[in-house]
Amino acid sequence: MNLIHNRPDAGGDAAEGVARNDVEAVNAAGQRDLYQKRQQIYPKLVHGKFRMAKWVFLVLALGVYYLLPFVRWDRGPDAPSQAVLIDFPNTRFYFFFIEIWPQEVYYITGLLILAALVLFLVTALFGRVWCGYACPQTVWTDLFIAVERLFEGDRNKRILLDRAPMSFNKAWRKGGKHAVWVLIAAATGGAWILYFHDAFDLLRDFFTGQAPLTAYLFCAVLTFTTYSLAGLMREQVCIYMCPWPRIQAALTDRESLNVTYRTDRGEPRGRHKKGESWEGRGDCIDCKACVAACPMGIDIRDGAQLECIGCALCIDACDDIMDKISRPRGLIAYDTDDNVTRRSQGEKPRFSFIRPRIILYVVLVIGVSALMMLGLNTRDELGLHADRDRNPNFVVLTDGSVRNTYTINVQNKAYADRALRLDVAGDPALQVQVLGVRGETVLEIGPDRTRLFQVFLTVPPEAALRHSIPVTFTITDPATGETATAESFLVTGAAP
Amino acid sequence: MAEHEKMPVDEITGVETTGHEWDGITELDNPLPRWWLWIFYASIVWSIIYMIFMPAWPALPGFDGHTRGLRNHSERANVAVAMSELEARRGPMFEQLQRVVDDGGVTAILDDGDLLNFTLAAGRSAFGDNCATCHGAGGGGGLGYPNLRDDDWIWGGSYDAIRHTIVGGVRWDAHPDTRFSQMPAFGRDGLLTRDEISAVTDYVMTLSALTVSADADLALGSEIYAAQCASCHGADGRGDTTQGAPNLTNNIWLYGGSREQIQASIHRGPYGAMPSWDNRLPEPVITALAAYVYLLGGGETLASMEEASLPAPQTGQPG
Ligand code: SF4
Ligand code: SF4
Repeated sequence: MNLIHNRPDAGGDAAEGVARNDVEAVNAAGQRDLYQKRQQIYPKLVHGKFRMAKWVFLVLALGVYYLLPFVRWDRGPDAPSQAVLIDFPNTRFYFFFIEIWPQEVYYITGLLILAALVLFLVTALFGRVWCGYACPQTVWTDLFIAVERLFEGDRNKRILLDRAPMSFNKAWRKGGKHAVWVLIAAATGGAWILYFHDAFDLLRDFFTGQAPLTAYLFCAVLTFTTYSLAGLMREQVCIYMCPWPRIQAALTDRESLNVTYRTDRGEPRGRHKKGESWEGRGDCIDCKACVAACPMGIDIRDGAQLECIGCALCIDACDDIMDKISRPRGLIAYDTDDNVTRRSQGEKPRFSFIRPRIILYVVLVIGVSALMMLGLNTRDELGLHADRDRNPNFVVLTDGSVRNTYTINVQNKAYADRALRLDVAGDPALQVQVLGVRGETVLEIGPDRTRLFQVFLTVPPEAALRHSIPVTFTITDPATGETATAESFLVTGAAP
Repeated sequence: MAEHEKMPVDEITGVETTGHEWDGITELDNPLPRWWLWIFYASIVWSIIYMIFMPAWPALPGFDGHTRGLRNHSERANVAVAMSELEARRGPMFEQLQRVVDDGGVTAILDDGDLLNFTLAAGRSAFGDNCATCHGAGGGGGLGYPNLRDDDWIWGGSYDAIRHTIVGGVRWDAHPDTRFSQMPAFGRDGLLTRDEISAVTDYVMTLSALTVSADADLALGSEIYAAQCASCHGADGRGDTTQGAPNLTNNIWLYGGSREQIQASIHRGPYGAMPSWDNRLPEPVITALAAYVYLLGGGETLASMEEASLPAPQTGQPG
């Protein structure tokens, strides 16, 4: 394959600056080997509004990722002051004003459901904008390609360099590129571990060799994956490893705004000489600028395809060409399949953002968000669970009274010591004893803690006539008036 | 690449198909990516290296059971190391427990929430390993195996008494301090006649207010009880924990409280045994075990628990 000849159109006089790119889409039809060797892709730098949008998003996303662990959030003396922290040793998850206990993982489940729904929604509306702009694989690959360009130059220079024999020039360019890649990869792995421990502490420990082995291990693993996925494998990850391209086909439809080559306007394509009439032919001059710009190495003019990540770089590339040949922009653009069909039939294009599936997604997103907000706002700082011993089910004492044993689990989610009053309702004759608690049944518990108590409930023989008696445990914080209850029952062994 | 038969080529993609077809749908024979293949080969190499270094092949002649591998790796040895580490970590807690019990008695455990939880956890696991087979996982007992959660104790339910029973066992000849008592097999050994056993059975049942038939010979039963049973079970039938004679006046029956079961007990003179745990379990584990059993709820004079009782009755909604 001849990649490099970048000559003016041999057939005639093309518009100023329009070069013909000798490039072949990597997934173009053709005879294949049993095993496919990866074809190196040399994406050409483009300029335009989508490229700019991607730069802006890249800086924002990476900025958040690298800096977030250093953001502080004051939670009082007993809690960590890191805004976002996954605290495994103490089984807590902190996210700004939100604190989540292990038994509250449904908040995280909710968050994941919400993320999925939003992803469905934007995919149905705008195609694979997630893949094109926000996916970490895309963001880091974009950054790595930028570094590559810095050291080795743009497309043509890179191709030439790869073909050239080893020389000092080639060695330092390649070496420099890999060195910067490794640095970025290490920073990526390093930032990741900061989410699991106080960032400032860990950073100091990390460089003084005091950090736990797992920290080094995870840093190493993420450095390796970042380097190999963003540096070496790139589009292979999207094509072979990622399940999302397979799923998105079900989420987009003929009304979704995908990166689309407007066949109605472009075809029939062909070379065009300056001054020649545009009558009876399409606007596509077959310059393949769109193919050369594509980081996935494909030809968008073949239609929607699995490999396309919807990054819109081909739009910028083609718009540039359209400007040069003085044709209107938007031969490749965000458009819908339906509109392409409509235009080719002489109808007016239309965009319908309000479709049943969009309405459904929006309703679901609003519903789940509302539920989560409700849950977070009504989250109580006191928890109680009662677990009845079933082995044995009940114990008959010498005087004929019946006793059941319970393990109650008390959770104090506030950052203060508490002395909670325990009350048990169910039968007037119930006797309550708590192992290890003398005098009044006051349960003491430290800040942000869980504690177990053994509780014995006894009913006298005359009350033990029903097979089972429902009981309700209630703990009350006399200081705040907060309560929590747990339901259980007491088994007497009487015939049901 | 080996020559292979030419397969039909898919028109749209230009890729060969596998030749399989289902309902008009054919399968593209897309090539495997190289990196994928390399990982596959690397796995094969890795598995060979693994087999050289780690125990892998079982039942090979000339090896004892399996190949050893160059690393001499043994999960068994790892477990032993892990166990000794665990022991080292739990040791101080056991020591503290022993100290607290020695200084302040078992109720002192109740003053320290962490120690209490440790005792319950350590006791529960030791109980599950050693005692649960007979006494049930939760200490509820069964026919012939005492319930450890009620307040009726054959050999006494104070912490010291429970500890003594665990250390010496019951009717365990090998230990000098074992609990020993023996009820005669009145029927089997011919000490009493059938009718006499029947009469004394009825009488014993009246001691714990069980209903007996109207034609029971309670006079004869009472006479036999006074002569044969009262020396151990007491004139009033309240039993004696110093000699392990069960209380007959309550409704808790180790060998069952039906007329047939009581009669059978008098006939054969039960002889239940429990092993001594001295020298079988480490000293601190026995302490934890005794404390655990004591704290299960049946312990005699669990003073703190009595104090903890709420002024009954508890009514209505709290708050
Ligand atoms: S679509 Fe645009 S960029 Fe692509 S070949 Fe045609 S004119 Fe060139
Ligand atoms: S075809 Fe266009 S939108 Fe799709 S990946 Fe290539 S450059 Fe991006």
